[in-house]
Amino acid sequence: MILRRPLVFRSGAERLPGVLLLGAAVALALFLVLPLLALLVGSVRDDDGAFSLLRFVEFAATPGMATAAWNTLWVAALVTVITVPLAFLYAYAIQRACLPLRGLWRLIGLSALLGPSLVGAIAFIQWFGTQGVLKAWLGGASVYGPVGIVMATVYAAFPHALMILVVALATADGRLYEAADALGASRWRRFRTVTLPAAKYGLISAALVVFAYSVSEFGIPKVIGGNFPVLAVEVYVQVVGQHNFGRGAIVALLLLLPVLFAFAIDTWVQRRQQASLTARAVPYQPRPDRRRDLPLLLYCLLLATAMFCVLGMAMYTSLVRFWPYNLELTFDHYIYGLAEAGVLAAWQNSLKIAALTALFGTPLVFLTAWLLERTPARPAALGTAVRAMAALPMGVPGLVLGIGYILFFNSPDNPLNGLYHTLTIMVVATVVHFYTPCHLTAVTALKSLDREFEAVSASLKVSRFVTLWRVTLPVCLPAVLEIARYLFINAMTTVSALVFLYSSETLPAAVAILNLDEAGELGPAAAMATLIVLTSALISLVYSLLTHLLLRRHQAWRHFQR
Amino acid sequence: MKLKQLIRSFAVAGLALAMLPAHAEKTVLNVYTALETDQLKAYQEAFNKSHPDVEIKWTRDSTGIITAKLLAEKAKPVADVIMGVAASSMVVFDREKMLQPYAPANLKALNPRFRSAGATPTWVGMDVWGAAICYNVAEMQKQGLPRIESWKDLLKPEFKGKIVMPNPNSSGTGFLDVTAWLQMFGEKGGWEYMDKLHDNIAVYTHSGSKPCVMAGAGEFPVGISFEYRANTVRAKGAPIDIIFPKEGLGWDMESIAIVKGTPKLDAAKKLSDWATTREANELYAKNFAVVAMPGIATRLKYVPNDYEQRLVKNDFEWMGKNRDAILAEWQKRYSTKSEPKK
Repeated sequence: MILRRPLVFRSGAERLPGVLLLGAAVALALFLVLPLLALLVGSVRDDDGAFSLLRFVEFAATPGMATAAWNTLWVAALVTVITVPLAFLYAYAIQRACLPLRGLWRLIGLSALLGPSLVGAIAFIQWFGTQGVLKAWLGGASVYGPVGIVMATVYAAFPHALMILVVALATADGRLYEAADALGASRWRRFRTVTLPAAKYGLISAALVVFAYSVSEFGIPKVIGGNFPVLAVEVYVQVVGQHNFGRGAIVALLLLLPVLFAFAIDTWVQRRQQASLTARAVPYQPRPDRRRDLPLLLYCLLLATAMFCVLGMAMYTSLVRFWPYNLELTFDHYIYGLAEAGVLAAWQNSLKIAALTALFGTPLVFLTAWLLERTPARPAALGTAVRAMAALPMGVPGLVLGIGYILFFNSPDNPLNGLYHTLTIMVVATVVHFYTPCHLTAVTALKSLDREFEAVSASLKVSRFVTLWRVTLPVCLPAVLEIARYLFINAMTTVSALVFLYSSETLPAAVAILNLDEAGELGPAAAMATLIVLTSALISLVYSLLTHLLLRRHQAWRHFQR
Repeated sequence: MKLKQLIRSFAVAGLALAMLPAHAEKTVLNVYTALETDQLKAYQEAFNKSHPDVEIKWTRDSTGIITAKLLAEKAKPVADVIMGVAASSMVVFDREKMLQPYAPANLKALNPRFRSAGATPTWVGMDVWGAAICYNVAEMQKQGLPRIESWKDLLKPEFKGKIVMPNPNSSGTGFLDVTAWLQMFGEKGGWEYMDKLHDNIAVYTHSGSKPCVMAGAGEFPVGISFEYRANTVRAKGAPIDIIFPKEGLGWDMESIAIVKGTPKLDAAKKLSDWATTREANELYAKNFAVVAMPGIATRLKYVPNDYEQRLVKNDFEWMGKNRDAILAEWQKRYSTKSEPKK
C-alpha cells in the first residue's frame, strides 16, 4: 500500500508514526490496562457489587498489613542496593574490559533467568537450609525469612539489571576517554566524569526494574519467606487462599504505588538525559590493561561460580535418588518422573510459547520504543500514555495479570473472548508481563544515539523508516537481540500469569515444575528444571553464535578505528 | 440440468461427509480437577471403558488455583464438570450458584455424609482426605526428639522451631486443622492450643503438601499435612512416620459437581454417574482410606484400621459460616508476631 504511490507515501509517512503509536497505545490498553481494571474495580465494590470504599476500611484494619508493607519496602530497597552495583560491575567487566570468553560470562550472568525463580529459591534452601552444606555461613540465622528472600531475589533480579546495564555500557564516545587521558585524569575521575554520566539512564532504569521486581515477585517469598509477611504474598493469600478478589485487588493497587513513583523518576531523568553517542562520536575501544582486567576477571569468575552453584544444585538434585537422604546417582527422575509421567509435552508447549513471545514481542517493543524516542509531531499526551503503560507491567504481579485476563477476556460481553484458553493469549500475557525491562533496554539503546542521525536523514529527504532500517536498527541490533533472548528465556520459565491461563493442551513446563514440587517430587521437578535450563542455554549459545556473525557485519562501525 | 444434479449430489455427499465425523466424534468434556496426575490416568481409563464416546480434557492444578480460576471464570464457565475438588470449595461455588443440582444414579448407595444438603445434591463426595503428621524418624533419632501420638504432644518444648504447618489463610488443609482443633477442644481450648503450638512452629507454609514434603527432606522434622501426601512422600523413600493423632483428625472431601449451564449436560451426567459407581470407589480406595461408598475394603499400608473413627464430626455449615471470623482471629493472633523465632 505504501509503495504504490510515492506521493501518498510521503504525506502518509508524516502521519504514519503517530498512527502506529496510537496502535501501540490501543494494544497496551487492551492487553494490559483493561484486564487490570477488570480486577481492580473489585476494590471499590462490596459483596453485592455496589460501589463502596468499605474494602479499603477493612484493609486498613487488617492486622499485619502495615508490617507487610514496611517489609516489602525495605527488602526491595536492600535488594536494589545490592543488585545494581553487582550487576553494574559485571556489565562493566563484560563491556569495558578485555576479558577472554566474554560471551560465556554474559551467558552465565543471565543464567538465573534460565530456570524458574522457584528453582533458585529451592536451591538456596538446599544450600543454606537445615540440611544445607553452607548453613553455617548464615551464622545461626534462618534462611526462611528476610535473609533467604534477599539472597534469592538478588540472584533472580541480577540478570534483569544486567541486561539493561550491558546495553547502557555498550556504546561510548572514545574521544571523551582520549580527552580524559590527555588531560591526565585519574582512573577514578575518568570513571566518575565520563563513564558514569553516560550510563546514568541505564543505572536508574536498572534500579527501578530491580526494585519493582522485588516488590511484585511472590514466588520467592512464598517458598523461602517463612513467616516474614510481604505484600506480594498477601495478594496470593487473598486471591488463591481465600478467593477474595476484591481484597486481592486492594493489595495489588498498593503494589502499583512504587511503580508510579518509579515512573515519575523515569520521566524526570529522561528530560536530563543526553545522547552519549553523537553522530561524530568515535566508538570507544577498551585496550588490554592488566591492572583493570585481572581483578575484573576474578570478580566475574567469583560471581559466575556462585551463580553456577545455584543451578548446579538443581542439576545435582535431578540426578540423586532422594535428596538429602539417598544420594545414589540415577536417571530415574528423567525416565519415570518426566518421560513416563507424560510431562514432556509441557516442555514442548513452553518452547512454542517462548519462540512466539520472542518473535512477536521483540518487534513490538522495539518499534514502540523507537516511535516514542525518535518520531516527533504527535499529541504529547499520547507519548506520555504509552510511556506510562510501558512502565506499568513491572509493578503488576503475574498473578494479578492472570486473574485480570480471565475476568476481562472470558467475559461473555467481550468480543475478544474467543482468545481465551488459547496459546495466543498466553503469548500475549507473557509479552505484556515482561514488557518493562525490554522497553527500558530499547529506550536505553535508542537514547545513546544522537538525534542528528534523524536530522541528517531529513535534510537528505530520506524517510524516517529508511533511517530506522539503515541506521538505527543496525546500531541498536545488540539491544534488539538482547530483548529477543530475554523474552525467550523468560517465557520458558514464567509461572505466575500463565498458571491461570493454560488449558488442558497448553500446560507450560514451569507450571509443571511448580506442581511437581508441590507434590514433593523434588527429583522430577529438578529434572524438568534442568531440562529447561539446558534448552535455554543451548538456544542461547546457538543464538550467540548466529548473532556474532550478524553483528560482525552490522557492527563493523564499532571497529572503525582500525 | 445435469450440472444442477451433479452439484446437488455433491452437496448431499458433502453434507453426509460433514455429518459423519460429527456422529463418530467424541463429546469433549472439560473437567477441572485438583486430583493427582497418576489418579487422573486411572480414572480416565476406567471411565472410557464404559463410555468411549466421551473424551475428558483435564485442567489440573492445586485446589487454591483451580478454585480461583473457576470463580474468575464464573461469567462464562469453561469447565463442564468439577471433579476431585475440596467440598469446602464446592460450598463456595454453591453459594455463587455455579453448580447444577443432579442426583447421580448411584447416590443411594453412598454414605449420606458424602453429599451437599438439599433434595437434589449440587455436589457429591468421592473420598475423605484427612489430617496427618509427617514425622521424620531420621531427624528424630539424630536430634533425640520425643515420640508423637497426640496433638498435645506437639506442645512439648523439645519441638520449639521444629514444626511446620500450613497457613489456614492460604491452604484448605491448614483451615481444616484449625477447625478440627476448635471443634475438638472447644472455642477457648482450641485457641489456647494454637497459642502454645504457635511457639513451636518454625514456618507456616502456603500449601498443605509442603509441610510433609519439608519433613520428608529433613528441613523441619515435623510437618502437619494430610494423609494422601504423607503416603506418597513416604512411598518416595522419605524416612517419615505417618501419625494420626488420637484426639481426632480434621478432614475434607474430594467431590464432584456439574457446572451450571454446561452445553454438555448429558456427558457430564455420565461422568457424575460413573464417579458414584462401585468401580470408581474401588479406584479411590487405592489412594484414600475412606471413600463415599460404605463397605469397600481399604487397607492402605500406613493407615490404621480405625482411621474412620478418628475423623472429627465435621460441620461443614458451621465451617462455612464462621470461616471469615476464624481466619481473621488467626491472622490477628499469629501473623502480626510471626517474625522468625530466635
